Amino acid sequence: MNIEQLDFYTQAILSMAALIGLTSFLMLGQGRLLRLIFGFAMQGFLLTVTTALAAYSLNNHHLYISAVLTLVLKVIFIPWMLRREVLRMNMHRDIEALKNNTAVMLGGASLMVFSYYVLHPIVQSSSVVMLNALAVSLSVMLLGMLLMISHRQAIAHVVGFMSIENGLFFAAVVATNGMPMVVELGVAFDVLVAAVLFGIFFLHIRTSIDSLDVDLLNKLHEVDK
Amino acid sequence: MIAAYLVLLIPLVGIVFFALSGHKENTGKLNVQFNAVCLLATIWLAINVLNQGTIVSSGKAFLVDPFNVYLIVLTAFVGLTTSIFSSPYMEHEKEIGKLNDKRLKLYHSMYQGFMLAMYLVLTTNNMGIMWVAMEGATLATVLLVSLYRSPESIEAAWKYFILCGVGIAQALFGTILLYYAAVQIGDGENALLWSVLYENAVKLNPEILEIGFVFLLIGYGTKIGLVPLHNWLPDAHSEGPTPMSAVLSGLLLNDALYAVVRNKMLVDGATHSNMAGYLMMGFGLLSFLVAAILLHRQKDIKRLFSYSSIEHMGLMTFSFGIGGALATFAALLHMTVHSLTKSAIFVTVGHASQLAGTQKIDQIRGLIKTQPEIGWGLLIGTIAIAGFPPFGVFTSEFLVLLATMHSYPWLTLPLLVGIGIAFAGLFRHIQPMVYGEKPKDQQPITANLWPVMIHLALVLWLGLAIPGFLGNWFSQATLLISGSTPL
Repeated sequence: MNIEQLDFYTQAILSMAALIGLTSFLMLGQGRLLRLIFGFAMQGFLLTVTTALAAYSLNNHHLYISAVLTLVLKVIFIPWMLRREVLRMNMHRDIEALKNNTAVMLGGASLMVFSYYVLHPIVQSSSVVMLNALAVSLSVMLLGMLLMISHRQAIAHVVGFMSIENGLFFAAVVATNGMPMVVELGVAFDVLVAAVLFGIFFLHIRTSIDSLDVDLLNKLHEVDK
Repeated sequence: MIAAYLVLLIPLVGIVFFALSGHKENTGKLNVQFNAVCLLATIWLAINVLNQGTIVSSGKAFLVDPFNVYLIVLTAFVGLTTSIFSSPYMEHEKEIGKLNDKRLKLYHSMYQGFMLAMYLVLTTNNMGIMWVAMEGATLATVLLVSLYRSPESIEAAWKYFILCGVGIAQALFGTILLYYAAVQIGDGENALLWSVLYENAVKLNPEILEIGFVFLLIGYGTKIGLVPLHNWLPDAHSEGPTPMSAVLSGLLLNDALYAVVRNKMLVDGATHSNMAGYLMMGFGLLSFLVAAILLHRQKDIKRLFSYSSIEHMGLMTFSFGIGGALATFAALLHMTVHSLTKSAIFVTVGHASQLAGTQKIDQIRGLIKTQPEIGWGLLIGTIAIAGFPPFGVFTSEFLVLLATMHSYPWLTLPLLVGIGIAFAGLFRHIQPMVYGEKPKDQQPITANLWPVMIHLALVLWLGLAIPGFLGNWFSQATLLISGSTPL
């Protein structure tokens, strides 16, 4: 693959993939909740730009709708909701001490290599660019899961959860120029409902354990202790 | 096709109606009526399919064929009987102060929401919408798992939400890969339609579909409760209200398996190898054995039967994985009888735990002495689910064993051992509960056991003789899935 010979759109997609992958790593190592939410909003914004770019270059109008949906949901609504929650719980000064930060970051890097390994057979039937795009989206998903495993705050879990959705969305936009419109609207609806439910859950968890630290949710065991 | 639209429209009206009307005295009964009307609509749909064969709606948005139509009727039937049980049960929960009107309003509205999501998973022709509906089913039930608002139930609901949400995201990635393979052979907007994909399955890129199926199996497998993705299931089943456990076990797990099998049909067409089948066999057998062993260690009666659900779902997944006419037939039959038996058991368990005032196995004692119908209901239900003749579960498990002996003789041994372990695990807990000495102040409660009796009678009937039209139906579905018929 010679980068200079690719058209402008493909080059832009490759840089976007790299930037989105980078934001995932930024979130993974972040102990401050507000920064974490900011990283998530940034990822959402990059995704919006990618979608709008795809809509413009491919002259595909329904992708503009997806871009607007992403902007409203992932850049404005969900970060706003999470930020409000953090401020209300007075958690914005806390720095979560992440255990084994180095190991987690190295784990993240190996997940990225793993994604390339898993998706490598795709090269036989399509371009290297597609491999990059799909591998980055898969690794954004896996990094989202790692984020959920390594952080203890419920808010970080929601960020990880939504970042997994970002990875999926990137794959859908880049590899297939967006899913059919009904499906995309359906997925956006699900994300919206999930975000609202998370808001309700924060309230319930707070009233039940007076904290949003999910390590305290430890009443159910496989066997009685 | 009008019948299919009605099936979707009725629960939709139900959601709005219950959300607006609030909880009144007759809300439980209205819920029963909504489900009853829906059952009638599904029967009408089934008769249409019986006369005309596969129906595809005009815009190709919906597809009803012999495989999903019987699941639609089963869904409506279990939905109806569970709502009959739920009406007095939830009133009782309200009387003892565990619930209030506002939460009951949420409960009834979301009951219909869950039914809508289930019907949509089954009827849709679009693999993307299938995913949306499956996620919708999680979203509808997550607040019902935490309906009691106890710390345990909130923990269970959070676990359910996060694990199923993350799990099912994998299925969306699989669906995107499927779509990616489909757009390569053209037809953009229609490329995710199952009927279109199925016709062109041979042309789809096998490498992409193989990778995609791994994600689809993990994603929907989380919902089926396959080990090691099962952790949410016992928690969600044990902490939510009992009618919810009955529909989750009886319907949601089946529908997730349905989604996997639909995708497997596409992958098989493209790859010409049994890769998908081997994956399903491996995960299925692992779930079956692990759940059978874990049955022994349970202290909570609802957790006990959730592990039994994992065990049976594992067996079905395994059986679909073997492929071939006999195994597929057995799996379809097992889906039906398990769903009927398990929802009956959860209904009985609900009464038993209301009677004893607890879900702890150690403290539920003397059911037959206090209230014989509940005790016998639980005992007969357990006998049926453990796979004793003459019940239907015996027939289907026997067929699974036969198919295994035919294709992979050496796997018969772990299956037989697993069935033995599961049997022992269930009975060591059930025996003292039904026969033990009755605690002093234990009083009978008002219980409606008609749903249980009807379900168990049907399972018995299916064990003794499968009626001709149903057998014919299963054969048609088997023909569709495996390409040959067992009869």
